[in-house]
Amino acid sequence: MTRMDFLLIAPELWVVTMTCVILFVDLFLKEERRAIVYLLAMVTLVFAAIITLRFDYGGDPTASAFAFNGSFVRDQMGDMLKLFSYFVLAMVFIYAKFFLRQSRMFRADFYTLSLEALLGIMLLISANNLVMVYLGLELLALASYTLVAYDRDSAKGSEAAMKYFVLGSMASGILLYGMSMIYGATGTLDLVAISEAVRVSGSDDIMLVFGLVFLVVGLAFKFGAVPFHMWVPDVYEGAPVSTTLFISSVPKMAAFAMAFRLLQTGLGDLQSDWMQMLSLLAVLSIVFGNLAAIAQTNIKRMLAYSTIGHMGFVLMGLLPGTAESYGAGMFYVIVYALMSAAAFGMVIMLSARGVEAENLDDFKGLNRRNSWYAAIMAMVMFSMAGVPVFVGFFAKWLVIQAALNAGLVWLAIIAVVFSVIGAFYYIRVVKLMYFDEPITEAPIDAPVDFRAAISLNGVIMLGLGIFSGSLIQICMSSFGA
Amino acid sequence: MSLKTILILIPLLPLLAAAVAGLLRNQVGRAGSHWVTILGVAISFALSVYVLYLQMYQGLGTQNISVYTWMVADGIKFEIGFLIDHLSSLMMVVVSFISFMVHIYTIGYMADDPGYQRFFSYIALFTFSMLMLVMSNNFLQLFFGWEAVGLVSYLLIGFWFDRESAVYAGLKAFLVNRVGDFGFLLGIAAVLYCFGSMDYFEVFAAAPGIEGQSVSIIPGVEWQWITVICICLFIGAMGKSAQAPLHVWLPDSMEGPTPISALIHAATMVTAGIFMVARMSPLFELSEAALSFVMLIGALTAFFMGLVGIVQNDIKRVIAYSTLSQLGYMTVALGVSAYSAAIFHLGTHAFFKALLFLGAGSVIIALHHQQDMRYMGGLRKQMPITWITAWVGTLALIGFPFFAGFYSKDAIIEAVHASSRWGAGVAYWAVLLGVIVTSFYSFRLLYLTFHGKPRYTVDVGAGHHPPDGVLQHAPKESPLVVTVPLILLAIPSIVIGYLTIDPVLFTGWLSDSITVLPQNDVLAAVGEHFHGPTAMAQHALQTAPFWLMLGGFVLATLVYMVRPALAGTLAQRFPRLHALLENKFYVDELYQKLFIGNTLRIGNGLWKKADAGLIDGWLVNGSAKLVGSLSARVRTWQSGFLFQYAFAMIIGLIGILAIWVML
Amino acid sequence: MLTLAHFLTLGALLFCLSAAGIFLNRKNVIILLMCIELMLLAVNMNFVAFSRFLGNLDGQVFVFFILTVAAAEAAIGLAILVVVFRNRQTINVAELDDLKG
Repeated sequence: MTRMDFLLIAPELWVVTMTCVILFVDLFLKEERRAIVYLLAMVTLVFAAIITLRFDYGGDPTASAFAFNGSFVRDQMGDMLKLFSYFVLAMVFIYAKFFLRQSRMFRADFYTLSLEALLGIMLLISANNLVMVYLGLELLALASYTLVAYDRDSAKGSEAAMKYFVLGSMASGILLYGMSMIYGATGTLDLVAISEAVRVSGSDDIMLVFGLVFLVVGLAFKFGAVPFHMWVPDVYEGAPVSTTLFISSVPKMAAFAMAFRLLQTGLGDLQSDWMQMLSLLAVLSIVFGNLAAIAQTNIKRMLAYSTIGHMGFVLMGLLPGTAESYGAGMFYVIVYALMSAAAFGMVIMLSARGVEAENLDDFKGLNRRNSWYAAIMAMVMFSMAGVPVFVGFFAKWLVIQAALNAGLVWLAIIAVVFSVIGAFYYIRVVKLMYFDEPITEAPIDAPVDFRAAISLNGVIMLGLGIFSGSLIQICMSSFGA
Repeated sequence: MSLKTILILIPLLPLLAAAVAGLLRNQVGRAGSHWVTILGVAISFALSVYVLYLQMYQGLGTQNISVYTWMVADGIKFEIGFLIDHLSSLMMVVVSFISFMVHIYTIGYMADDPGYQRFFSYIALFTFSMLMLVMSNNFLQLFFGWEAVGLVSYLLIGFWFDRESAVYAGLKAFLVNRVGDFGFLLGIAAVLYCFGSMDYFEVFAAAPGIEGQSVSIIPGVEWQWITVICICLFIGAMGKSAQAPLHVWLPDSMEGPTPISALIHAATMVTAGIFMVARMSPLFELSEAALSFVMLIGALTAFFMGLVGIVQNDIKRVIAYSTLSQLGYMTVALGVSAYSAAIFHLGTHAFFKALLFLGAGSVIIALHHQQDMRYMGGLRKQMPITWITAWVGTLALIGFPFFAGFYSKDAIIEAVHASSRWGAGVAYWAVLLGVIVTSFYSFRLLYLTFHGKPRYTVDVGAGHHPPDGVLQHAPKESPLVVTVPLILLAIPSIVIGYLTIDPVLFTGWLSDSITVLPQNDVLAAVGEHFHGPTAMAQHALQTAPFWLMLGGFVLATLVYMVRPALAGTLAQRFPRLHALLENKFYVDELYQKLFIGNTLRIGNGLWKKADAGLIDGWLVNGSAKLVGSLSARVRTWQSGFLFQYAFAMIIGLIGILAIWVML
Repeated sequence: MLTLAHFLTLGALLFCLSAAGIFLNRKNVIILLMCIELMLLAVNMNFVAFSRFLGNLDGQVFVFFILTVAAAEAAIGLAILVVVFRNRQTINVAELDDLKG
């Protein structure tokens, strides 16, 4: 262990220290001073971003630095995903504060658990060793299970937590089984060493392919890809909306990084094998997610199925295995996290007095009640639907282009057709907001930080679409495309 | 301010105004929304004039300015950029001026409409899109502008979405334009394929290189690439500029509010196709076949659509058919390589056609939204300003010497005469005979509306929705916000042709943007006989168009003034001809039978349920029937039972294993 | 003589047993928790066996991590179980079906 090791892992150290500090500080806080916890959590994120940014690669976006005997890696992809994780988590904190206050659940636990989950996400993003992958994954998962059951008195919440827990544990069991097979086939846990071993043995080794299948299943569960998606709608609906907001956004970026590290860094030579598995999962997810979303009346459930569809697109970005496609996938997952945060932020905004605005009907006539928030929601929906000019369009376009360039025409066609079908249910929300009579005339009220954050988040949908060039550039250059 | 800033501001101001008027409509209120949009468009107009001034007098050459690069993929740049030369700066001034006038006029026309702010937001948005279209320096932006103007146009046609006919007209415009846009998109794709670039200059520079290269779309038949590209692009223009047989949407689009008819369906959007072909002249010049195609389509439209105009009774529809016919003239000019003449006619037509539409709108306001000319008549006493300006517009339209339309239309006719392109003879006769038709329907409109005896009665107690021909209040002249734009439009309708014919057509003012091969340069041949605009007008007395125009006038006077009964007699005498014209050559019926009939029958059941418009009714219910039932089935798989979820995961695992390990 | 294959077969059997336990059991949530533990143990068996036969200690280190995490997981699982029981007065798997569709 050298000084360099600690320098590389400084953001993680900062987050873990601050989590402990918050836990400790909270012991001495009175109920009405709880806002300090929120402030400390925000400070944690801001400084984490600063510490992450301080690390210098010397100008080469594809360079990477290893710590702790190669079990931890820092590179531009990881840092970008971490930075966006901080940003989206900050949004989550702002939105959640409003909801938790209203529903009398404003306790420090939400923030400490989220920060622990963030730590898991950061480790997962930087993991370069199977042990590290597993630890990051479990840290994230355990914190998430607890967050789902955050509302102790909710029957739905506890049911969702139970389902999530059982299925999640089973998925990590499957993932571990795959890891053990890969360990057996290669004799090492280090991803770089694994990739060297795989280069020698090739895909003839049955044990390796066996392990790969289990690994892919574990990954698919994290993404929520069909048929390993069953937890997604139930957890999204059952969990308090502040938790859904978190689960639906930040962890997806970690899942992307994890998939990249395991499949590309570790098993890049088996690309032709995992490409076929992922394309099956991607097609099923895009088809199933978009179809099932149409019949939903609960907006959280609808967004859950829409997530499944979006994750199909992210998988589509991963599977061609080219630098360009990874860049497209990374762009997609970042954009998705931003869109999802904004969408659930709007759900929180409409939740009055702790009653969640779960039903699509709650959006009826929103334009009449407040045209600016209706416009934000419309922008988010258009972006999710992939309407040109909005950022979601560019994300879809890049992914589809990457698939086309890899010769996967059939996959691209299915993706286009089902994203058109999917556009129906997004535009239905817009239609409800603009053409239907509101069920309630109650004015929409939220604290100023909330309003600023949601406005920023909505404007990003359009702004990032118009000025998408530089972010795409960064994503592409992270993989040398 | 740098030139780049100015150029960015020109389209951006209307966009910002549209955003304010649309999103903050409750905050800014009615007056606020019209002030902000008018201000935005006015500044944009002033800046456009300034750019034109720089071009004309300060020697500002062609400017190709890249504003923002979206992305670069495979070496193809996707960017926003402006190409500023004489053609685009002229178009910018025309678009922003007409739009400015229409904004002012709208204050009066839509005064008591509940959708006031929405309307202003739409027309400002339209102005933005149209400016982006004409200022573009690449195909991508052109396409975006193209689609955006289309979108706003459908929104505006269906503006009164509680009227079923308006929604239907919007849908029709949408569907017909899909055909055109499909061609256009294919054209752009072919350009991308052949040249590997979206930038105008790069494509134009590379264009001569692909001459002679061919492709066989149908096996055995070889097509020149350049012809394929040009015809595809022109199909797009046919949709947008309503050329036969894709013209059917334009007359129906008159369901929209009148300012829209003036702005979009007469002066600006429908000329986008003409503009586009002129802009692409370096490509079109390379393909004789495509140009012949363009010319014949134009000739067909110019003559036959004018004929249909003769029997229409709705005042706006007459002008709509007249627009079709005039667009046909422009297209013919494009087809004989007289691009400048097409642009010239586009410019003059924008003024006098906007004038005629707004005049018609003024009449419609006075008669409480009565549009049927059979219930008008004798309005010249009550509405003197409208009457005089309508005369000005009519004289300009029929091409009376010294008026704007005379110069542009005569130039086109002469150019067609001088052309030796395949089919030019037919086209010449079409445009020549078109003159008499134009003159006839124009005077018919004037007489039926403003002259003769009133064919309506005033009954104060008639209630809010009186039967046709009964008015609650006597008609009176429209307010100033309506008449001032009329006057302001009447002035250029008179003088613009006289002032600008020489530079635009003959001294090569547009030669920096338009390419004409020497062997195709018909305007040069016409120019040899040109000795100034006054001489041209005097010379007109000895030419056929003038006498044909006069013939139309005499005929119309005879039929509608001297012996009003004659029209009915004629209609009875030639019932087949009358029916043919009345039914617009049965084109709609043909489409109905061929394409729409079956589709519509299926869609009809769903269509009936359409309560709030397209989205709920047509889009979602329609094709979503199948999707909906699938969706309902799919969601039952999500049973809620933990063991089934786990089972699904295990099945998934085994499935993947089976495929990759066992096989 | 026990070979690697014997251990792997045992691991696979335990894994299948636990997976089957999860989806065959419709009564008691506690059995699900036990099955999850069993699944992790199956994996541990694999790791230890590989480690032993490869002569490489990494696998055994991993096992320690898995055991630790499994303990934490069990704690959280039982805590959720308590919450479920408090809210619904049952831990019957078949009755956890409010969320569906």
